Amino acid sequence: MSVNHVALLYLIASVLFILALKGLSHPETARRGNLFGILGMVIAVVTTLALTRSVLLIVAGIALGGGVGAVVARRVQMTQMPELVAAMHSLVGMAAVLIAVAVVNNPAAFNIAVPMPRGSRLELFIGTFVGAITFSGSVIAFGKLAGLGRHFRLFSSAPVAFRGQHLLNLALALIMLGFGLAFFLARPEGQWLPFLVMTGIAFVLGVLIIIPIGGADMPVVISMLNSYSGWAAAGIGFSLNNTMLIIAGSLVGSSGAILSYIMCRAMNRSFFSVILGGFGAAEGAVAQGAEQKSVRSGSAEDAAFLMSNAESVIIAPGYGLAVARAQHAVKEMAQKLTEKGVRVRYAIHPVAGRMPGHMNVLLAEAEVPYDQVFEMEDINSEFGNTDVVLVLGANDVVNPLAEQPGSPIYGMPILQAHKARTVLVNKRSMASGYAGLDNPLFYMDKTMMVFGDAKKVVEGIVKAL
Amino acid sequence: MTGSIDPTLINLTVFVLAVFVGYHVIWNVTPALHTPLMSVTNAISSVIIVGALLAAGTEPLDFGTVLGAVAVGLAAVNVFGGFLVTQRMLEMFKKKAPKGAKGA
Repeated sequence: MSVNHVALLYLIASVLFILALKGLSHPETARRGNLFGILGMVIAVVTTLALTRSVLLIVAGIALGGGVGAVVARRVQMTQMPELVAAMHSLVGMAAVLIAVAVVNNPAAFNIAVPMPRGSRLELFIGTFVGAITFSGSVIAFGKLAGLGRHFRLFSSAPVAFRGQHLLNLALALIMLGFGLAFFLARPEGQWLPFLVMTGIAFVLGVLIIIPIGGADMPVVISMLNSYSGWAAAGIGFSLNNTMLIIAGSLVGSSGAILSYIMCRAMNRSFFSVILGGFGAAEGAVAQGAEQKSVRSGSAEDAAFLMSNAESVIIAPGYGLAVARAQHAVKEMAQKLTEKGVRVRYAIHPVAGRMPGHMNVLLAEAEVPYDQVFEMEDINSEFGNTDVVLVLGANDVVNPLAEQPGSPIYGMPILQAHKARTVLVNKRSMASGYAGLDNPLFYMDKTMMVFGDAKKVVEGIVKAL
Repeated sequence: MTGSIDPTLINLTVFVLAVFVGYHVIWNVTPALHTPLMSVTNAISSVIIVGALLAAGTEPLDFGTVLGAVAVGLAAVNVFGGFLVTQRMLEMFKKKAPKGAKGA
């Protein structure tokens, strides 16, 4: 096979990857899109295999890795998707680093001139440090998401902050760039030391960048690491002169960047304030819960009564629902209400759940038809003429303070649950959300609080219906 | 102006255009499918496996080829895991039987 044939096949694979992403514009076309993606991957791998001389190690690697991947994909629970995605980001990052080491070891195997030209070294440097940061950062993110903070403080979902943190990060980044420069200028005999030191510092930096970021900002972190993993792949693509890898990497890189932007906007946070970490650390302690305000609380039966007498109900699920794994119970409740002639819809805030689109997947898993599920912009105008809103385990995303100038979360887009005629809020306690703010919604005259675990409460409602 | 263009420049051209394509394609993804988007991009970025294949497929067997084989394994986890879990999620978004009908 000539290099031109290879390039042509890689082009076909690249187009198929673009089609895979394009398919995701609608649930109906998405499955076909995924098949395009698989086809693209098969073409890419088979084409490359034709260029290799020995397949022994390759077969072993694919069999082992593929087997693990297939089993995990089948077994993982939908609530664990954020952990899985974080783990997969780390693998891309590590693969990038390992490939880079192999390139430094034997450039000729990759059709790179020996000794390695300066340009290739620069590209390799970028691919390596982005890959290393992606790896260690994703490992920390995985630990935080999987709740390993109980065992290792490094994985604590609370921000891990210390004095001089930003200064240390900056210093390390500069030292890393210095060693990168040394690698760029080094003679072939002396290239290993700067390369390895640079890679080591990048691993440490990845850890330091992610530990100060709190649990609430996870949707941003995971999108950001998604982006990094793409840029790492693109960086390796530059080093190997492989346009397919550059294209695939850039698609992923921009995808992650856009998702980060969407998540930041939905939380009314600037990207830099997320990166610099510690949600609530600056504004904390504002919670004005000191004055005793009265809350009306009721039972699951009361909630069932109110909802069954309504004409329309909107369910606003939040993270609490995901934690309690109440999605199946919610679906059953919605079905019963529908049978009674109540119009049931779901309102999804972009940061409901722990990663972009997480709540939609959880509802889809519970077989909620997606035409009952609405994004925030599409349903916000509907709250005004809705009888009952049921808020399940959500807090900040329905906090009307966001519409009040001067409040710390002013400007954050919210579900306008407070506009409905009656508001039912299920929470475990009166504790404030991640933003550390009290929520005036809970004290409104038309609001009834139903305290308890989301799953138990919803099951109670189902029984009462 | 004679001679051939530096391959890095061609790569840069491809890179910039691909970022534009990515930008436009991704904004069209429906927010409901952002989680599958993330898992499928994971699978796609694992096309980095082609670099690992080149590293693992050379002779003689040495330190570099072993690292390559490890990289093949790691990337293969993502290739299989990413596409399969995406498929599994997308199956859940299949149009269900009409409202009110039990199960699906």
